[in-house]
Amino acid sequence: MSAVAAGSAPPSPSLRKRLAARGIDGTTLLVLPGVILTLVLFVYPCIYGVVDSLSPAKGPWYANYRIFFTDPFQYKTIAATLWLSVPVTLINVVVAIPIAFRVRLMRRQRLLTTILVLPITLGTVLVADGLLNFLGPRGWFNKTLMFFDLIEHPIRLTNNYWGVFASLIITGFPFAFLLTLSYVSGIDPAIEQAAATLGAKARQRFFKVFLPLLVPGLAITFCLSFVQAFSVFPSAILLGAPSGPTRVIAIAAYQAAFEQYNHSLGAAIAIIMGLAQLLVVVIVLGLRSLFYRGPAGGTKG
Amino acid sequence: MIRDTGLASKLWRFAIWAVVVLFVLNLLGVIAAVVVDSVGTRWLGTWLPAGWTTRWYFQAWREFQLTPVLIVTFEIVFTVVVISGLVGVTSAYALARRDFPGKRLIILIFLLPLLVPPLTYGIPMATLLYQAGVGGKFWGVVLANLVPAIPFVILVMIPFIEQIDPRIEQAARVFGASTTSVFIRILLPLLLPGMLAALLLVLVRTLAMFELTFLTSGPTSQTLVVSLYYAVFASGVRAAQSIDAMAVVYMITTLVWLVLALQFVNPTQIVARAKQQAPQ
Repeated sequence: MSAVAAGSAPPSPSLRKRLAARGIDGTTLLVLPGVILTLVLFVYPCIYGVVDSLSPAKGPWYANYRIFFTDPFQYKTIAATLWLSVPVTLINVVVAIPIAFRVRLMRRQRLLTTILVLPITLGTVLVADGLLNFLGPRGWFNKTLMFFDLIEHPIRLTNNYWGVFASLIITGFPFAFLLTLSYVSGIDPAIEQAAATLGAKARQRFFKVFLPLLVPGLAITFCLSFVQAFSVFPSAILLGAPSGPTRVIAIAAYQAAFEQYNHSLGAAIAIIMGLAQLLVVVIVLGLRSLFYRGPAGGTKG
Repeated sequence: MIRDTGLASKLWRFAIWAVVVLFVLNLLGVIAAVVVDSVGTRWLGTWLPAGWTTRWYFQAWREFQLTPVLIVTFEIVFTVVVISGLVGVTSAYALARRDFPGKRLIILIFLLPLLVPPLTYGIPMATLLYQAGVGGKFWGVVLANLVPAIPFVILVMIPFIEQIDPRIEQAARVFGASTTSVFIRILLPLLLPGMLAALLLVLVRTLAMFELTFLTSGPTSQTLVVSLYYAVFASGVRAAQSIDAMAVVYMITTLVWLVLALQFVNPTQIVARAKQQAPQ
């Protein structure tokens, strides 16, 4: 920068210039507040959770994990959570695909997408409150079924497995659908027209053309839907049987940390929960890599 | 558009629309059940309540102390919106305009809080906040809610800033504008629609954020959704209609902002926020 430096034989650029050449200057530093806050509020707690879970109040370093995996009341929560989240996620994603393909062709999608975004924004607590009413023995759902003579007596749909199941469908399906819709709309319609021109039937167009292009998006949709269903918490308490079949792993973690005040065990269960989610996500993304990867656009180059 | 006209594909289309209609009917039924119950006198086993009344709203307002709860809710939510807006937009600007080593890692750090469900990281985070002495207080709830809010603003704003031509800023510089006036007179007006969308969505998400607020709030720092949870949890103590009246109040406070937000964004974007940027 200085005149002296400019005059001397091979001028070595100043530190500031070398950094700027690599993309670091005053503007880059604007990223710091966000990074620092996220490191302090998210990354550090995550690391702290791991360390905390490995330093139990008494016993060896793995004592918390031993408690979890030897107590059937605790380790059965994993199966209970999977038993809820896997079927729900499969239904949500599989049903979302044909509907997204239909809605893609609609000219006025806005009303439908607005209705579907309601349960996502209102959240699980309100949906749980509404379902207690709607699915209850004297609610509209049972009344309608009895009106059409489909059942004789009201069926019990709240405070058991099906209540939580319904709440996960009501909030999870719109989520899976809107994500799938955004992926489906991202595929160039010209590709389908090309396939149709070459004589492909609807079924062939779907399985041979669309599905391979959609697999990456569907894998992400499945992972995000699954991760949400797996961490179900308020509706499992309000709509389920929180000490019985819907005692999901989130309830176990919450009770350990905030009812028994054993934050070390609570952190351990939260980590087991995170690892179980991670395992499923890794499996799904691993399966995805077996499929086609490439552009979903129709233009050349 | 390509349409098949065979019988099988007609049946298939009908089945798909039947599923959609059934789902929407049930969804609207769930919401309507809350609203109808909150304005009904007695509702036992009939299609509609015996009579209509507004007294549950007065009762709910008194019993659940909704005035202080609403004040606290909006204090928390607006604090989160302001802080996440300031921090998020500056970070997004740096990420959109500069390419530097470690950028992918930083974007990954911002993506994680949106992908990992709140309850998974919320428990150790709440433990730490309680140890730091802010757990159960106003700032504890705000800090907890900033974790998903800041990355959300950043990821919404990055594509928005990228589409503003940097030459506009350079031209302003050439004509002698200072950093402050470039920001106030060039960037801010261009960024305003995107910022409004991002901040309104943060507002709606924070209003509805149950898990993190539930884990970190105390008696004086509960937001409306957490109070609603406790009311439903202890149902039987209060009249069900009174709880539903409170649920309607919650619904209205959330939906007002959602309707505003939908003026700026497509509903699909609320879910698919981290869209890949369009190819250059």
